[in-house]
Amino acid sequence: MNRTEAGPDRTVVLLLASFSILAVTGPWLPQWAMFIMTIAVARGLVVLGLLLLLRAGLVSFGQALFYCLGAYSAGALGRFFGISDIFVEMLVGGAVAAATAFVLGFLLARYRGIFFGLLSLALSMILYGLLVKSEALGSTDGFNILPSTLFGIRPGAEWVRYAVLLSAAAVALVAALLVHRYLGTPLGRLAPAIKDNEIRVEYMGASARRAVHVKYVIAGALAGVGGALAATAVGHIDPEMAYWTTSGEFIFIAILAGTGNVIAPFVGALIYGAIHTLAYDLSPNTWQMSLGAALLVLIVFLPEGIWSLFNRYVRHS
Amino acid sequence: MSVILDAQGLTKNFGAVTAANEVSAAIEKDSVVGLIGTNGAGKTTFINIVTGYLKPDRGSIAYEGRDITRLPPRDITRLGICRSFQIPQLYGSLSVFDNMMIGIGIVLRNAGLAGYLSRRAALVPGYGEPAEAVAERILARFGLLEYRERNAQVLPGGARKLLDIALAMVARPRILLLDEPTSGVSAQEKFGIMQMVLEAVRAEGATVLFVEHDMEVVSRFAQRVLAFYDGRIIADAPPRDALAHPEVKRYVVGTRA
Repeated sequence: MNRTEAGPDRTVVLLLASFSILAVTGPWLPQWAMFIMTIAVARGLVVLGLLLLLRAGLVSFGQALFYCLGAYSAGALGRFFGISDIFVEMLVGGAVAAATAFVLGFLLARYRGIFFGLLSLALSMILYGLLVKSEALGSTDGFNILPSTLFGIRPGAEWVRYAVLLSAAAVALVAALLVHRYLGTPLGRLAPAIKDNEIRVEYMGASARRAVHVKYVIAGALAGVGGALAATAVGHIDPEMAYWTTSGEFIFIAILAGTGNVIAPFVGALIYGAIHTLAYDLSPNTWQMSLGAALLVLIVFLPEGIWSLFNRYVRHS
Repeated sequence: MSVILDAQGLTKNFGAVTAANEVSAAIEKDSVVGLIGTNGAGKTTFINIVTGYLKPDRGSIAYEGRDITRLPPRDITRLGICRSFQIPQLYGSLSVFDNMMIGIGIVLRNAGLAGYLSRRAALVPGYGEPAEAVAERILARFGLLEYRERNAQVLPGGARKLLDIALAMVARPRILLLDEPTSGVSAQEKFGIMQMVLEAVRAEGATVLFVEHDMEVVSRFAQRVLAFYDGRIIADAPPRDALAHPEVKRYVVGTRA
């Protein structure tokens, strides 16, 4: 929980510093690194939402639903309206996902534990099924996305990846700051209380269901933004984005990262991306095994995720 | 004195078991009422109906003239009826201080002071102090300051009980329902706990209903006793008269009339 000690908030300082360093050094990064980082930011946004739910003791096995909705919303903007602005794509992706989460939330906020997890998984698989069947949206092949533009300008070929990465990082910065702020409010602080003892929460005059609903909508919106970002970065979308293994990836990252801080999801996503790329490079046929081994080691040695290393360091310094 | 809580003909069946059978009682403002009866007599059912956890099959409850029979627990809490639990309901993974802060956060939020921008400056309504100061003041009143940073899960039994009651006090209830506040506490500690709770309550000016099995505690602290048996109230009188009631002697206290 937030302490009210004097001085600037360490998380805010770290976020601003990371963004500045990325903005300045970005142009010198190799293209492949920019791409990996952009995807890491997209996944990090989804996991940031997952963090809110996990803190309240809820594991959503279906964040791919909103990730895919965000991606297809971004894709539809280009396909049907000719819009390719990256910020409009992220905004619309987030809005469509949030609206969907708001409606589904009335159902999901009633469930806890395994029921919440499986219901969220089922909903994402329904979207997968619908997309696979819809010819207009390219069925199992999906479709390509228009090259990204920024406020009506199409950056030159060598600058596209940097422009996309910087836009992604800017959105992630704002999202992380907002979620960090939210976690400090009474409603945000309610998460561990809901996890511990919902009856007491009700008997102290708060609605646990409403708190869960709000968290679900925020998580949905973040996943939508992440999906739109991934779509524009990759340039192609397909129904796999809603498949349950995609949701599994996000949970993997959340466990890898830990839920201790809003920066953790992005660090976790970057490390996940690095392990994934490396494992795939070394052995294309058994990369899942390497990834699994990495998770196993992590659960045994760092049960609270990579972020617990930072905490340890901070405590000793 | 004026009536603050008026229960009329509360009836609740669970299958063939009648947990509450035409229970009626008018509770006066600022009084201290003891609820006695053997296990299964209907004391906790009465508390559960008043606090909205159970909906009665028949009957009604009015709080200051307002019907609250069908309201959910959180709305009843917001109106000023709070409760503690026989088995303490705490936030086990949080420190004692953070347990209090959760409660104060809810009070702030319900007052519309979610404090998105001025959280630290916001004064807790009814206390006129910032959240941290309120938490410490309540903890001090219940003698829990020494456990401030301790996890609620690993508190000693007596301290768990007190924290549970302290959490019920955060919203400054007008009516406080205590479900066996001294159960699981040593005989020596019982009087101390009741003393501490009633002093805290008196300072705030609230009506208290407490469930208790120890008749010494009841006769010392209650001004009025409601004796339950088989879902009914069999006696409603000051402690001395209630405990002398033949049915109470027979069914509750366990001595022959």
